[in-house]
Amino acid sequence: MIEVRDLQVRYAGRLVADVPELDVGTGECVAIVGESGSGKSTTLLSLLGLTPDAEISGHIMVCGVDVLTASPRHLRAIRGARVALVMQSPQAALSPATRLGVLMRRALKLHGVGKNHRLDEIMADAVEAVMLDREILRRYPHEISGGQAQRFAIALAIALGAEVILADEPTSALDVTVQAEVVGVLRRLRQERGLALLLVSHDLALVSTIADRVLVMRDGAVVESGPAARVLAEPSHPYTRELLEALP
Amino acid sequence: MNPNEAPLRRTLPRIPDRFAAFGAVLLLLVVLASVLAPWLAPYPPNEPKPLEQLQPPSAAHWLGTDGVGRDVLTQILYGGRTSLFIAVAVLAVSSLAGVTLGVVAGYAGGWLRDVIMRITDVFLAFPALLLSLALAVVLQPSVTTVVLAIAVTWWPWYTRLAASVAASIATRSYVDAARCLGVPAPLIIVRHVLPNSLTPVLVQLSLDAGGVILTSAALSYLGLGAQEPTAEWGLMVQQGQSLFTTNWWVVTFPGLAILVTAFAFNVLGEGLRNALDPRRAVR
Amino acid sequence: MLGYLARRLGQALLVVAGVVVLTFVIMRLVPGDPAVAFAGPKATPEELAAARERFGLDDPLPMQLLAYVRDLLTGDWGISLRTRQPVRDDLYLAFPASLELVGTALFIAVVVGIPTGVLAARYKAKFPDFGVRFTSMLAVSVPVFWLALALQLIFASNLGWFPIAGEYDSSLDTTSPLTLWTNITIVDALITGNWPIFTSTLQHLVLPSLVVAAYPTGVIAQMTRAALIEEAGQDHTRLERALGFGETSILTRFALRPALNPVLSLIALVFAYAIVNGFLVEAVFNWPGLGRYAAASIRSLDTPAIAGVTLLVAVVYVLANLVVDLLQGFVDPRTRAR
Repeated sequence: MIEVRDLQVRYAGRLVADVPELDVGTGECVAIVGESGSGKSTTLLSLLGLTPDAEISGHIMVCGVDVLTASPRHLRAIRGARVALVMQSPQAALSPATRLGVLMRRALKLHGVGKNHRLDEIMADAVEAVMLDREILRRYPHEISGGQAQRFAIALAIALGAEVILADEPTSALDVTVQAEVVGVLRRLRQERGLALLLVSHDLALVSTIADRVLVMRDGAVVESGPAARVLAEPSHPYTRELLEALP
Repeated sequence: MNPNEAPLRRTLPRIPDRFAAFGAVLLLLVVLASVLAPWLAPYPPNEPKPLEQLQPPSAAHWLGTDGVGRDVLTQILYGGRTSLFIAVAVLAVSSLAGVTLGVVAGYAGGWLRDVIMRITDVFLAFPALLLSLALAVVLQPSVTTVVLAIAVTWWPWYTRLAASVAASIATRSYVDAARCLGVPAPLIIVRHVLPNSLTPVLVQLSLDAGGVILTSAALSYLGLGAQEPTAEWGLMVQQGQSLFTTNWWVVTFPGLAILVTAFAFNVLGEGLRNALDPRRAVR
Repeated sequence: MLGYLARRLGQALLVVAGVVVLTFVIMRLVPGDPAVAFAGPKATPEELAAARERFGLDDPLPMQLLAYVRDLLTGDWGISLRTRQPVRDDLYLAFPASLELVGTALFIAVVVGIPTGVLAARYKAKFPDFGVRFTSMLAVSVPVFWLALALQLIFASNLGWFPIAGEYDSSLDTTSPLTLWTNITIVDALITGNWPIFTSTLQHLVLPSLVVAAYPTGVIAQMTRAALIEEAGQDHTRLERALGFGETSILTRFALRPALNPVLSLIALVFAYAIVNGFLVEAVFNWPGLGRYAAASIRSLDTPAIAGVTLLVAVVYVLANLVVDLLQGFVDPRTRAR
């Protein structure tokens, strides 16, 4: 699904992320952890070409598309439809004057998913799959809660038929109880639909419940990587140990 | 915002906005030309020469002569002095009066603020030119009239601006501290509120200058401003309009002078706003 | 929504009250004795006294103010010293023509200004952007009266493409008279299918409305560009990009609607500005609107007429602002909450 080699992202000459190897296979969940400023979000966003001001070198292959050399049209084709993005502040991510249903319908039409009469069904199914009432499609972003907005973002991914979800700190802006809901939804989707997940988070506790493999980043560099169970139980790098010790 | 997180907005470049620089240079030329008029003008100002009237642009008169034989270029250079004077006077009067009222309103709060802001609203409800017109009709036409008539419509903007700045500063903790210590209100206003209001007011001034030039030209065009023999661009257009069809230069050049000056002020104003007030900046 | 409406209405009424007082004050400042102006310079002392009595000029000022307000509310806006007609009737005749001119100008401004602003935002920092910025800056810097004269000279006098002055060819009044519905010539001509007058008015409208449209077009283009650029920097555009939408699509389908908010309120501002600027244009093109009426009133120091025009324009302005505020509440659901 995702194959990254020798990725280097620079802003104004400064090296912000340096990832020699990153793979996400079908149905896998990979987590990138680290503190703020470690370059993990940048890495995630660069996978879809969403870092317009950055100088990127290396090799990024996402769902068969070479992101760095693909034409804008090819890139737009895989965005949303094959690879979906879930952002940190859910409500800020939604256009304020657009009803949720309208946004979803436009995205579906953009990627040619389903015919007109089927669209309503697809939308309703997607929304219910994330435990939301289909009535929410008539709402505006400021009328729903953070947790609902986050789940809606996931519903977008489902409706579009995405196979991979890139989640950038999906729970950081949410209350603890709500976090559990969102994580629950993600876990269920992985089980039921085999969705692959690339998760960026500074919350190690969350990561330990869901990730298959973990990458630990610090100041732009990858300090450790491997199966989640091993890395979190017997970390080999001192920094990883620090992070684990900081857990309550 | 974390420097390592991918910034969504383009980082604002440090190179100066070329458009604004262009405006600044243009304005400098206009100001210099007006100030140095006595040295730059080829002829003495306001000297009617009946024998040389309505001559098209030539080597002797680069911009031609007007209906009574005056050199158009000379008149424009001297007219610039009048226009710039009016603009400066209007802005000075309206900002001083407006900011004073606004600072008092914003700092004092309560009913005083409400009263002042309502009065401001009423003045703002009058379209500026209309109010200026009505006033200019009442007073004798002159440069002073124009300055007063326009200032009367312009001060409300400064009051609104100063009131909102003053209100936000009045709630800051260091002001509370000063108040507790017994520092008298006027001193607080001068020491804390005024310096912080300076930048937005400056930005507003630069943005307004172009509008003032246009309004004063319109009032003079209607005969309510500078009178003979003072040279003024709007007046020149009015004097030349009946002769326009056969003597295009008499109206065209004064109008261009107004256009260029207002343009320069507007461009510079926008550039200053982008530079000094990053919240409202649009690159 | 209802609460918002009530609040804005209350504020508007307060402002109108203030405007009335201000107009009254200005009126009292106009030089010349209104009694003399009405009765004429050769009036006898008795006639002058009668005039004073009639207009209540000997009463104390607060009483005069109250009488003035009462008269306004009952529809008595005074008698024009110049036309000898009720000011209200004069305004009723003149206002639609100004509305016609300003309405056309604003239509042009919106239809040209908004897409231009979108274009500039889409190609920001590239050639179309610079072009739009430069042109719109010129448009807001041009003196209206001069532009009117220039266009009239070039396109009407010299090239003969458009008529020089007037609202329509008055000889058509005999050959195909117009039935009045709204009193707005072009609208009435359209409704009644009076094509000769319709085309004539259209031809006469072109130049003056273009002149009046210059400033609003520039300002609207600038504001649309600025608001759109601002909106395009918001986080939601990142999600839209991540969903596969292209840049132009993001601008027009997702960023434009919230960006139009400030543009809408701008339209109210330029509406009043356009009416007053229209006065200058009406003078040049001999357009039979408020401008021509105001100019004549000013020349003859016709106080009631001047007051009437001032009041009308100010009230229209307040109304325009109110309408725009209400529209904003409708377009942007977040405004209603305030």
